[in-house]
Amino acid sequence: MNKYVKQFMLIALCLLFGTGAAFAEKIVIKGSTTVLPIAQATLEAYMKANPGVNISLSGGGSGDGIKALIDKSTDIANSSREIKANEVALAKSKGVNPVTTVVAIDGIVPIVHPNNKVKNLSIDQLSQIYQGKITNWKEVGGDDLQIVVVSRDSSSGTFEAWAEMVLNKAKVTPRAQMQASSGAIVQAVSKNKYAIGYIGLGYVNKSIKALTVNGIQASAKTAISKEYPIARNLYMYTNGQPAGEVAKFIKFVLSPAGQKLVAKEGFVPLPMAKETSKKGKK
Amino acid sequence: MKVENQKSYIKWRYFKQTIFFGVVRLSALIITAALIGILTYIFFHGFRAISWDFLTLPPTDSMTAGGIMPAIVGTLYLTIGAISVALPLGVVSAIYLTEYAKQGRWIRIIRIGVNCLAGVPSVVFGLFGLGFFVVFLKFGSSILAGSLTLGILILPTVIGASEEALKSVPQTFREASLALGVSKWSTIARIVLPSALPGILTGSILGVGRAAGETAPIMFTAAAFFTASLPKSIFDEVMALPYHIYVLATAGTHIEQTRSLQYGTVLVLVGLVLGIDLIAILIRSSMRRKKRW
Amino acid sequence: MTRHFREIIIRNLFACFAFFSVLILGLIVIFLFREGMPIFQQISVFKFIFGSAWYPTYDPPEYGIWPLIVGSLVVTFFACLIAVPLGVLSAIYISEIAPGAIKEYLKSIIELLAGLPSVVLGFFGMVIVAPWLQETFDLPTGLNIINASVMLAIMAIPTISSISEDAIYAVPREFKEASYALGATKYETIIKVIIPAALSGISTAVILGMARAIGETMVVLMVAGGAAAIPQSIFDSVRPMPASIAAEMGEAPFGSGHYHALFATGIVLFFVTLAFNLIADYFSNKFKEVGSGTL
Repeated sequence: MNKYVKQFMLIALCLLFGTGAAFAEKIVIKGSTTVLPIAQATLEAYMKANPGVNISLSGGGSGDGIKALIDKSTDIANSSREIKANEVALAKSKGVNPVTTVVAIDGIVPIVHPNNKVKNLSIDQLSQIYQGKITNWKEVGGDDLQIVVVSRDSSSGTFEAWAEMVLNKAKVTPRAQMQASSGAIVQAVSKNKYAIGYIGLGYVNKSIKALTVNGIQASAKTAISKEYPIARNLYMYTNGQPAGEVAKFIKFVLSPAGQKLVAKEGFVPLPMAKETSKKGKK
Repeated sequence: MKVENQKSYIKWRYFKQTIFFGVVRLSALIITAALIGILTYIFFHGFRAISWDFLTLPPTDSMTAGGIMPAIVGTLYLTIGAISVALPLGVVSAIYLTEYAKQGRWIRIIRIGVNCLAGVPSVVFGLFGLGFFVVFLKFGSSILAGSLTLGILILPTVIGASEEALKSVPQTFREASLALGVSKWSTIARIVLPSALPGILTGSILGVGRAAGETAPIMFTAAAFFTASLPKSIFDEVMALPYHIYVLATAGTHIEQTRSLQYGTVLVLVGLVLGIDLIAILIRSSMRRKKRW
Repeated sequence: MTRHFREIIIRNLFACFAFFSVLILGLIVIFLFREGMPIFQQISVFKFIFGSAWYPTYDPPEYGIWPLIVGSLVVTFFACLIAVPLGVLSAIYISEIAPGAIKEYLKSIIELLAGLPSVVLGFFGMVIVAPWLQETFDLPTGLNIINASVMLAIMAIPTISSISEDAIYAVPREFKEASYALGATKYETIIKVIIPAALSGISTAVILGMARAIGETMVVLMVAGGAAAIPQSIFDSVRPMPASIAAEMGEAPFGSGHYHALFATGIVLFFVTLAFNLIADYFSNKFKEVGSGTL
């Protein structure tokens, strides 16, 4: 048994002192689940073209990604919201300089079960429903059915965008069912005739019905023009101007090939994507 | 009249017994049905997804196609890591508890410690792993942090099983050895441990099964959503089967489209974990039959 | 002399290792408090535990975990309602009634059930049970208390059953023989002799089963629905403590109030399960004294 003990201690020591040397050259991407499909599609294509590169990708949420950027545990932070002032301050205090790159545009779409009669809701009605003040579909022109509110987890970027653009910072009813991803919301709403949810344009499919908001249908055109009221930019944040492999990757995302993948994932490609230029922080 | 009464009373008593036995049998049946139901359901939905490619390729097309190889490898690494932490610690603790310690306050404290450790919820282990290994010791989210977290999670299992195995070694073995003038340590190392080895092995295998199936402890300490390549060092994040299931089922981009992948992954995980458990159960029952003392 | 010396070293070395479990337990407490205590500079312990609003990401945030605690208690209660009868009755069946071969099979089945990873049960509850519940009872959602309770019960049954079985097995044969000799039926012997004699062991089993259910994470994360409100019916969704921790920890900014609040929730959860375990420990020590020795 002594042998085991010695070996174990030896290993433990090696591990403790080997920490610094272990981080190999690779790109780590973390953050918003909304940006996840974009990141995943583009990195798969990128890695196919550049076989030597190792990219690891995690979701979590915009806050998580920015948190990781500040901790320096990620190279690129995906975010579906702009970085907050206090996050910038925290980053600066740790010597991190977050640089913004817009990679795509996303519209957030309220969705219901395909059999739901309701076709359009105003921002105000959506807000009332999510605050738990409207609780029956008949109040907004539907059948006499209870409304089941489905929402994203409160730390996701989609939730924040929704809270900002629709709820105007009012609180979501605690009865809301919290789902971990847009995919999960589609899944929940498609199976539930009572439900209402909201998802990125990229997740709309035939299993659910997308509502129009203030009479305007969410589409690439209306999202780019911001005519559709719940549209936003999607970002990748880096520490300082991207350099090396990170710069090459972001350049690829912004390239026509990359933006084609963005469109394929159901998001809205950047209107100026042709010039493949980076957009600095405004 | 009285006899009649008594007869019907006895009938009544046996009637109650029949009812009771029925209820008891039913409950055993429900449990069996639950297990078999779950397993067959998973098997019939999962086996179509399983192919050589599924087991040997990484996920592709935004995890809507391809296989689960990185998750299998990740789970293997984490489990091997966990058992190499828990086995030495667990066996030594068990030896101390059974062979050396006298009944007293210290032993009582250790025993309560082990029992309480066994009862700590897995998500709390996850929090601890995050606070201690990931943040405090700066291991980051990595195989190392995940293995250590899982290792202490299964430590009580290994201790418990090893203790039982050591206790079942007859006292006469020890006495015979000591009587020959062999030191206590040599007695333990040469006589007691070899006799207890199969039992210790069984317990450790059960621990491995537990570690392979746990999700909550590795969520914040080791698991990655997606890595295309295999980990290169113990400081890399890895994919793991249980976390992969959770991600595909709740956080994936295309939950409905990847159902068959999900069932496939569930089947692989269940096959792995229950396979491991079954091995342990078989070893134990064959051991019981062979026991020489 | 040197041999003696070596023995002493080994002995003490092993003692250190054995103490490791206690050390880990201590470390767990220390680190939970280290990361969780800062929240109590923002909010009082009382308001944290009994506050009824959980809005950790709002500005200003609210950190009341009462709905989460209630969520945990409710699913645990209903899980026990299912798991205790099934667990105890199956233990009786295994130890007293089942013929030899069935006994062994059933023990293996319960062991395999215990080995079923929780994420698999969560998946099963989510993908199969939830849609079925929703359609059959025309519910707003299938991810609710009742679904989570059934899945948790499946997790708790093996614990309850195997420990109860040990307790029943430990009842001295003389007790049974005496009962039969007095003309009691098997049923009467079980109900009036065996169960009372094994009661403290069965209590241990039930408490440990409850501890298992209250601390279980993946099932409630995937199946309970995640609404942080105090439920009004058993078909409502809840957000038990472990689910809240697991769902939000990945996204809570490191060092933020939310992060500390989740660790503080972990403290609450830890002490609830610790209490359960200490009570179980107390019962099981009492139960050790039940034996022919006490006659």
